[in-house]
Amino acid sequence: MTVLTKLTVKSTLVAASLAMATLPAFANEGAIGARQGQFKIMALNIGVLGGMARGNIDYDAAQAQIAADNLVAISQLNQAFNWPQDSDMMAATPNRALPAIWENPDDFAAKWMAFGTAATGLQAAAGTGLEAMQAALGPVGGSCGACHDAYRQPQ
Amino acid sequence: MWKRLLTGGLLTSVGGFLLVWAIFPSTPINQAALDSLAPPDLVNGERVFWAAGCASCHAGEDATGTERLILTGGRSFETEFGTFRAPNISPDAAEGIGDWSLETFLTAMQHGRSPSGLPYYPAFPYTAYRLAETQDMVDLYGYLQSLPADPTPSPQHDLGFPFNLRLGVFLWQALYLERGYAVTAPLSAEAVAGRYLVEAMAHCGECHSPRTALGAVDYDNWLRGAANPSGQGRIPALTPDHLTWSKGDIAAYLNDGFTPSFDSAGGHMVDVIRNMAMLTPEDRAAIAQYLKELPAPAP
Repeated sequence: MTVLTKLTVKSTLVAASLAMATLPAFANEGAIGARQGQFKIMALNIGVLGGMARGNIDYDAAQAQIAADNLVAISQLNQAFNWPQDSDMMAATPNRALPAIWENPDDFAAKWMAFGTAATGLQAAAGTGLEAMQAALGPVGGSCGACHDAYRQPQ
Repeated sequence: MWKRLLTGGLLTSVGGFLLVWAIFPSTPINQAALDSLAPPDLVNGERVFWAAGCASCHAGEDATGTERLILTGGRSFETEFGTFRAPNISPDAAEGIGDWSLETFLTAMQHGRSPSGLPYYPAFPYTAYRLAETQDMVDLYGYLQSLPADPTPSPQHDLGFPFNLRLGVFLWQALYLERGYAVTAPLSAEAVAGRYLVEAMAHCGECHSPRTALGAVDYDNWLRGAANPSGQGRIPALTPDHLTWSKGDIAAYLNDGFTPSFDSAGGHMVDVIRNMAMLTPEDRAAIAQYLKELPAPAP
C-alpha cells in the first residue's frame, strides 16, 4: 500500500511537472494558491490539537478526532497538480517553496508520505485522551519540520 | 572592492603576521584556573550540548534521532566568503577530538584556536561560547567524550582568496574576539538566564543579526533580523517590535515548532527547535523572557 502510494505520488508529481512545464507562468498561480490553501487547512486543524496539547483550550475528544480525521484526509490528497515546474519561490506568485523540491522529487514525496503516516497515527490516538493525543501529535509536527527544513525557505 | 583588496593585502602581509603573533600568547588557558574546576557533570554537559546547538552543525547532514549524537561533521554552510564545512568532533582519536586534552578543548571553544595554534574561522561560534562559564565547557567536554566515536575524516572548507588564508583570522580575532554580552541593559533574573542561553550557548545572533563587511555579527543591530546567510529570504527579527508573540507562545514554539497560528517553522530553524526541545520548559521560558525584554530599535 505504502510503496504503491509512494510510487503514485512520485510518478504523478513527475508527470504533472513535465506536463505543466509548457504552460505559461501565470498558470502556476492556481497551483500555488491551492497548495497554500491545503496547508492553511492543515494549520487550522493542527491548531485545534495544538491548542489542546499546549493547554490553551480544554481537551475535547470529539473535536480532536475531527481535526485528526481532517489531517488524514489532507494527507490523502494526491499532490499531482500542486507542484508544477517553475512554481518555486522565484515564481511571480509569492511563495517559499525551494527549488530543491524539484531536484529531489523522491525525497519530497517520501516526506509527504511521512506526514500521512504520522497523521494516521494521530487519528488512532486523538480521541482516546489528552496524553495519547499529545504523544501522537509530536511525530506530525516532526513531519512538518522534516519537510520544511529541506524544502521551505525562511521568511 | 578597494576595501576587499586592501583587506586582502593586509591579511597576507608578513607585518600583519608578526603583529598578530606578538599580540596573541600561545596558550591562553590559565592552568591554575583549570585546577579549581569540578570534574565533568555529564547531565549538565548534555544540557549544554543541546543549548549550544552542537549537533546542528556537527551531526551528519541528514541525521535524525540518536544519529544526531554521532558528530561526524559534514554539514556545509555557503556564505559570501565561500563554503564552510563542519568538522568531525566525535571522540575518534584520529579524525575527531578523542585525543584532545581539556585545555585543548577550552582553547578551541573559548579562544577560537585549533590544537596546531591556528585560528578557527568564526563560522565556529566561539565568540558566543567565549561568554560561557568554564565549568559548563568542562561538562560539555565530558559529555562529548562520552558520545560514539566515528572515523569519518573532516571535510575541507572551500574558500576564495583571501579568506582561505587562515592567518588572516588572527586579525579578525584581534578585532572581534574580545566582547561581552550584546544586551547590557538591566534585565529580570529570568531574562538574565535567557541571555546566557541565547548569547553564550544557542548563538541565535549568528543568523538573526546582520553582519559587518568582515563577517562579524553587528551587535548594534542585535537580533534585528538579517539576510539569510545561506540562501534566499530573510531571517526574521526577534525584537519585541517584530516578534509580538506572547512569552508562552515563544516558549511553546521552541518546543513543538508551531507558530501561534500553527504554521510550522521553516529552514534551519527546524533543526534549532530540535535542540531547543531537548531543554527544560524553564530554559525555554527564560529564552522567551529574554526576547520579550530585548530593547526595541529606536523608531
